[in-house]
Amino acid sequence: MSVLVYTESENGKFKKTALEVASYAKAVANQLGTTVTAVTVNAANTSELGNYGVDKVLNVSNSTLEKFNAKSYAEVIKQAAEQEGAKVVVISQSADSKYLAPILAVGLHAGYAPNVVEAPSNTAPFTVKRTAFTNKAFNMTTINTDVKIVGVSNNAFGLVENSASATSEDFSPSIPESGVSVQSVDKATDKVTIADAETVVSAGRGLKGPENWGMIEELAEVLGAATACSKPVSDLGWRPHSEHVGQTGKPVASNLYIAIGISGAIQHLAGINASKVKVVINTDPEAPFFKAADYGVVGDAFEVVPTLIEKLKAFKVANA
Amino acid sequence: MKILVCISHVPDTTSKINFTDGDSKFDTNGVQFVINPNDEFGLTRAMWFKEKQGASLDVVNVGGVETEPTLRKALAIGADAAIRVNAEAKDGFQVAKELAKVVQDGGYDLVIAGRESIDYNGAMVPGMLSELIGANFVTNCISLDIEGTNATAIREIDGGKETVTTSLPLVIGGQKGLVEESDLRIPNMRGIMMARKKPLTIVEATDAETETASIEFKKPAPKGSVTLVDAGNLDELINLLHNEAKVI
Repeated sequence: MSVLVYTESENGKFKKTALEVASYAKAVANQLGTTVTAVTVNAANTSELGNYGVDKVLNVSNSTLEKFNAKSYAEVIKQAAEQEGAKVVVISQSADSKYLAPILAVGLHAGYAPNVVEAPSNTAPFTVKRTAFTNKAFNMTTINTDVKIVGVSNNAFGLVENSASATSEDFSPSIPESGVSVQSVDKATDKVTIADAETVVSAGRGLKGPENWGMIEELAEVLGAATACSKPVSDLGWRPHSEHVGQTGKPVASNLYIAIGISGAIQHLAGINASKVKVVINTDPEAPFFKAADYGVVGDAFEVVPTLIEKLKAFKVANA
Repeated sequence: MKILVCISHVPDTTSKINFTDGDSKFDTNGVQFVINPNDEFGLTRAMWFKEKQGASLDVVNVGGVETEPTLRKALAIGADAAIRVNAEAKDGFQVAKELAKVVQDGGYDLVIAGRESIDYNGAMVPGMLSELIGANFVTNCISLDIEGTNATAIREIDGGKETVTTSLPLVIGGQKGLVEESDLRIPNMRGIMMARKKPLTIVEATDAETETASIEFKKPAPKGSVTLVDAGNLDELINLLHNEAKVI
């Protein structure tokens, strides 16, 4: 009867989103007067989950699950939910979780609400607030099935600590053959990803050419940020597609989003609107981004960014 | 190869988003509707399969009569035939179930949908459909090649990309990269004329059940105006980000 949460790990370590969905699951469990069970795949140490309200961990160790596979992972979560008799399953909205969610939903005959930003406003009927129209509106949705799946938007609910300890037990679901097999993964392991980054530094055509990205990468490094770019920049081939953020690119929901030389087309803003604090640096005071931003600097990126890098370095030293 | 491309009829990105009937319904007044951008990349990729590998290409939508111009546009771009399932789209599961019947009745072996629609952003219909019809599923797909019944796809993942192999029957959640923006086709006059003569079949809904219900829409609180910082005083920007916004 407990709330089941799928806590994602990478190379054995939990992602921040895993702790966030655990926090969310705890809030739901409190509303329902029940406990939280987490299911993990190949996680090294699960004790951290207790700090975010997890009572019990189902620990799956299986070498066939080394690479993410949506169908297999959905099957793991399904069997965990069935064993626990879970009526609510909480997942993140990482690319992996969004991939497995619809497969899981059909498997569990569960209604699925994605992009949820708050704890349920009601548990009977089970009602959640989710974003719609690419962050331009919210939608109150009821899930009317016996088992419910909630996909919690990254960086929306936040981390809520609960000093408790989680018991851990091995869980060995049967993994069926999957019809999709991963041949190769091309992923920079030393860089923070746009999905996981607290801060994203993004630049646009105002940078004039790919040779000028050095200062963007340096600013990102100082801030521990991921780098991103606007659609024209990726279309021109100045930066890889994987950095394109916006409606048809990757979504961003960081704490801080810094846009440099990006005018702020509506398609771009739609994709980054879920970020909490937006800073724009642009020579054109009429750029639409100034209407969407929290802080703005009207100025030439080639002067502002190097100065900002120096000042941030000094700030870091002073606050170290 | 029989291809079905799922076409979502969505408000153009630049549309003003308003609600009506006590904030329970999207206000379509004055709104321009388009083919969902993620679906359009898939439609163009499917055109290449049609032209280079002799595939047949149908398009489908679950919606009322008001969605037909969007289907006609897909026909003008080059699809052979269109199917409209005559039902109000209420939730992802219901739409997936209606589509599952179309796929099974039509014997399609490749279904291409967008990774998500830009109105509800659920990213659930393609995956649910694959599970309902017992097909393989690859989403966030940025490259797709098919030889016989074997498929090789590249998909975006957080922080990079991966190459997968799979086989038909297959459901794809497509996005930009499947083709580039510059590959998208604008219907020409000949295409538009031909589209009028192509079949647009209306299929009665199976009255598939819903699992979720939309109760009410809300607009975000109006945003405060931007705080401008002088380019010569970036210490102030750092101060605001540290002390006011608390993000550095």
